Amino acid sequence: MTTAMRSKAAPRTGVDWFLTFLRVLLSGLVLFGLSAFLLQQIDPGNPLASAINPDANRLSWDAFQGLVISGLSQGAMYGLIALGYSMVYGVLGFINFAHGEVFMVGAMTGMITSNKLFEAGVWEDNFLLAILIAVLVSVICSTVTAVVTERIAYRPLRGSPRLIPLITSIGVSFFIQNTSAVLLGPGAKSYPRLPDWLRDDIGIGPFDIEGKKLLVLVVAGLSMGALWYLVERTKTGKAMRAVAEDKEIASLMGIDVDRTIVTTFAVGGAMAGVAGILWGILFGSVTEFTGFLPGIKAFSAAVVGGIGNLGGAMAGGLTLGSSESLAPQLVLEPLGVTGHTQLKDAVAFLVLIFVLLVKPTGLFGERLSAEERA
Amino acid sequence: MSETMNTDDAVVLAPARSAFDQDWRKIVNWGLICALALIFVSLTDMPDKLDKRVIVEPLLSMGYLSLIWIPIALGNFVTREVVLEGMAQHKKGLRELVAGVSVGAIGGAGLALLIWLLDTRDLSDPLVNWNDALLEVLSFGEGVGYGAIFWILASAGLGLAGGALHLLPAIANRLLFAISLTIVLSASLESALDDISEGFQLEWLFEALFEKKGGLSVQGAIILAVFAIAWVLFLGGQAKRGRAAVAARRELSPTKVNTVGLVLIAVAAVVLPMFLGRLTNDLLTNVGLFLLLALGLNIVVGLAGILDLGYVAFYAVGGYTAAIMTSPTSPGLSPELPWWVAIFVVVFMAIVAGLFIGAPVIRMRGDYLAIVTLGFGEIIRLTVRSDWASGFTGGAQGILSIPGADIVGIATVKGTDPQQVLYLVIGFVAIAIYVSWRLENSRIGRAWMAVREDESVAEAMGINTVNSKLQAFVVGAILASFSGAIFAAKVGSVFESSFKILVSIVILVIVIVGGMGRIAGVAAGALVLVGILGGPNQPGLLAEFSEFKLLIYGALLIWMMLKRPEGLIPNVRRSRELHQDEFLQDAWLKAQADDDDDEAVSGEAAPA
Repeated sequence: MTTAMRSKAAPRTGVDWFLTFLRVLLSGLVLFGLSAFLLQQIDPGNPLASAINPDANRLSWDAFQGLVISGLSQGAMYGLIALGYSMVYGVLGFINFAHGEVFMVGAMTGMITSNKLFEAGVWEDNFLLAILIAVLVSVICSTVTAVVTERIAYRPLRGSPRLIPLITSIGVSFFIQNTSAVLLGPGAKSYPRLPDWLRDDIGIGPFDIEGKKLLVLVVAGLSMGALWYLVERTKTGKAMRAVAEDKEIASLMGIDVDRTIVTTFAVGGAMAGVAGILWGILFGSVTEFTGFLPGIKAFSAAVVGGIGNLGGAMAGGLTLGSSESLAPQLVLEPLGVTGHTQLKDAVAFLVLIFVLLVKPTGLFGERLSAEERA
Repeated sequence: MSETMNTDDAVVLAPARSAFDQDWRKIVNWGLICALALIFVSLTDMPDKLDKRVIVEPLLSMGYLSLIWIPIALGNFVTREVVLEGMAQHKKGLRELVAGVSVGAIGGAGLALLIWLLDTRDLSDPLVNWNDALLEVLSFGEGVGYGAIFWILASAGLGLAGGALHLLPAIANRLLFAISLTIVLSASLESALDDISEGFQLEWLFEALFEKKGGLSVQGAIILAVFAIAWVLFLGGQAKRGRAAVAARRELSPTKVNTVGLVLIAVAAVVLPMFLGRLTNDLLTNVGLFLLLALGLNIVVGLAGILDLGYVAFYAVGGYTAAIMTSPTSPGLSPELPWWVAIFVVVFMAIVAGLFIGAPVIRMRGDYLAIVTLGFGEIIRLTVRSDWASGFTGGAQGILSIPGADIVGIATVKGTDPQQVLYLVIGFVAIAIYVSWRLENSRIGRAWMAVREDESVAEAMGINTVNSKLQAFVVGAILASFSGAIFAAKVGSVFESSFKILVSIVILVIVIVGGMGRIAGVAAGALVLVGILGGPNQPGLLAEFSEFKLLIYGALLIWMMLKRPEGLIPNVRRSRELHQDEFLQDAWLKAQADDDDDEAVSGEAAPA
C-alpha cells in the first residue's frame, strides 16, 4: 500500500528497482518451474524439459494427491495456530512470538495424557473417550499458558514501544521451550499407537485419505466454525472486534478491555491446544522444539492470509501448508534442484517473503485499526 | 551519595503502620508465587545438579543458592512501594517484617508439600527429575519431616531477612549487596582466577581464598567481605573523587579522563593474554567472538532500531566464505587463499548479503521485519545444509581442515593456540569498538537514532531513511562476518549446526541485558553472559549451568524487558526515551502537589 503510494509521489530509488527485480525474479522462477513441470508431465523425454533437468520424472496422480492431502492437513494445523497470532495482532498489535510454544504445550500435555490413558487401557478400549479427554486437557493447559503469559509478560508492557513486547515474547518462547526440556527431559517423546481405522485409507470421491489426516481436517473445520460463531455471533465476539478496532472507544462503550484481551489470548490458546493434539495424532511424536518452526510458519500463514482476518488465517494456513508440500516437487525439482525436500522449510519462508513483496496486506486483506497499521 | 541522603532527610515520613495492618491478599499472592518458584526450581533439579558447585566450602553451594534467593527477594518485594513525588510515605517497621515472614512461610510450606509428595507419590513419568536424589538434597538426608520443617522455618527466616532489608539504612543495604556480589562472583570465577593467579605467580593468594576441592574457604569469604566493605566505604568513593580531582586540577574534560581509562584497558588487553593460561584465553576468545557479534547487532538494533532476528545469517556468511576461501579440502571452489586475503572476500560477501537481505525487508513494519529476517536466517542455514548447495558448502558434513589465520605474512595464527587467536579477536574487537564509537557520534549515527525514534519525523528532517537503515544493516553484517571468519579459523571447521537461530537470540539477549546502544554495556553483557554462563554451544565458567543457561537467558530477557528495558549499563538517551512516561508522570504529580499547596494556602487565607 505504502510502496505504491510512495512510488507515485517520489522518484524510484535503487531499492525500488531492486525490489521490482526481486518480484519479477521470484515470479519468473515460479512460473518457469511450473511450466517445466507441466512439460515434464506431458513427456519426460521432452527435449526442453530434459535440458532443464535430465533426471526428471513424471509425478503420478497418487503421489500428487498424497502431497495435496498431507499439505492440506498440515496447513489446517498452521491455520489453527495462525488464528491465535492473528487475533492477538489484531487486538494488541504485536507478534506473540510465544504462541508457537503454547501450541507445543498443547502437544506435550496431550502426549502425557494420552500415554497415561494408554497405560490405564482407556486408549485402546474407548479411543474416542480417550482422545476427548486428551483434547480437553491440552486445551485447558494451552489456555492457561496463554493467559498466564499475558498476565505476567504482556500486560505490564501495554502501551510501550511495539518492539518491546515482541522481544519479551521471544524471551517467553525461549523460557517455555527450555522449561519443557528441563522438566520433562529433552528429546522426542512419542504418542501411543493409533487405532487401525485412523491409519487406513478412507476413499472420498477421487481421493484416498488416511484416516488421521481426515480427522485433522474435520476437527480443524469444526474448531474454525466454532470460532467463527464466537467472534461473529456472540457478545464476547462483538467486544473482541470492538477492542481490535479501537481500544479507547471500546472502553468508553463499557467494554472491559483487559478482560476482552484475556479472552482473546484464551481463545487463541485453546485453538493452539487443539492444533497441538492434532500434531500429535498426525506425526506421533513431540519435542521441546515442536512449537518453534510451526509457530513461525503459522505466523507466516496469518500474514499470507492477511493479518487480523480470521478466515484469511485459515486460508493462509492451507495455502502455506499445500505450497510447502507441493512446491519442492512442482517448482524446485523441475528446475533441477537436488534434494528438494530438504528445502521444504525454506519454501515456507520464501512464500512469506514473496507475499510481503507482492501483496503486503495478504491475500485476503488485513483488518487492523489505523493505529496499528502505522 | 551525599545528595541522596539530603533528599531522604527532606521527605517527611508518616508514622509506621501497625504490624497487622496488612494487605493480606497481596501477601498470600506473593507467598503462592514464592511457593511456585521454589517448587519450579526444585523440579528443574537445580538444587541437585548445582550442589557440586560450592560457593563457600561447608556452608553454601550454587544448588542451595538457587533456592534461598527466592524467599529473600520476594519477602523484600512484597512491601516494596513505588514512591512517587508528593505521595505520603510511611516509616518502615514491624509491618514489613511480618509481611516478609508470611511470604517466606507460605513459600516454605509449598516446598514442604513438594518434599512430602516426593516421598509418597511417583510422578517420574512426565517429570524426569522426580527422584530420590532430589528428595535427598531437599531433606538433607534426614527424613521427610526434618526437611519439611527445616524449609518452612528457613524460608520464613529468609523472608524475614528480605523484609528487614527495608529497615536497614541505605548504606547497609549497599554493603550487603556488595558483599554477596563479591562472594558469588569470586566463586563463579574460580577456575579463571586459578588460571590468572598462576600466570601472575600469585598462587598463595588463590590458596588463601579457595579450598583445594573447590569453593571459597570460610576465611577467604571473610577476606573478600572485608575487601567489599572497604571498597564501598573508602576506596570506591576515593576513586571517584580522585578522578574528579584529576579532571578539575588539570582542567581536563571528563572525556579526557575516560580516554586515560581506555588507554589503560588497551594496555591490559595487550599485556594480559601473555599471563593467562589456556583456559582463560580460550574463554576470552569466545567472549570476544560474541562481543564482535553483539557490537554489530548493537548498531542494527541499538542504534538504528531494526530488530534483526536473522543476524546469525551474516555470521554464517563470514564463516563459510572464510572456510571456502582458505580450506584446501572445500568441495567445489577451493582457491586456498591466505586468510588475510580471504577476509576481503568475506567483507565483500557480507556487503552483498547485507544488501540482499536488507533491501526487501527495509520497508516493512518493524515486527514483520523481525520475522522475515528470521526467515532469511533459516533459509541460509537450510540452503547451506541441503544437497543442492553441498557442492560448495559440504552440506551436513561441513568444511574441514581450515588452516589458521595468517596475517599479511607477518604471523600465522593457529586455531590450536588460544593466545594467538585471542590477540586476533582483540584486534578485531578494537576495530569494531572504534568503528561503533565513531559512527555513533557521526552524521550517520545521528540519522540512525532519528530513524529509530520516529521514522516519519526523520524523513521530514531530510534523512533518507531507506539508505540509512541499509547502511546500518551492512555495517552490522560486516562485523558479524568478521566474527564468523575468525570462528572458522579458530575451530578449523564449519558446520551448519553452529549457525542456528538460537545464536541470533543469544546475541540479542547479550545486547539487551548489557544495554542497547551503549558499547560498554554490550561488552559487559558479553563478558557476564558468555564468560560466566556460556554461549549457545560454548561452555562458560559455570559449566554446571550448561543445562540451565538457555532457561536463564529466557528468564533474563523477560525480566529485563519488564523491569529495566534500557539494560544494565544504559545509554542515557535511550533510557530517557524508554521512561518518558514516568518522567511525565512525575512532573504531573509534582505539578499536582504544587497546585494542592497553592490551594491550601489560598484556602487558609480566605477565612482570615
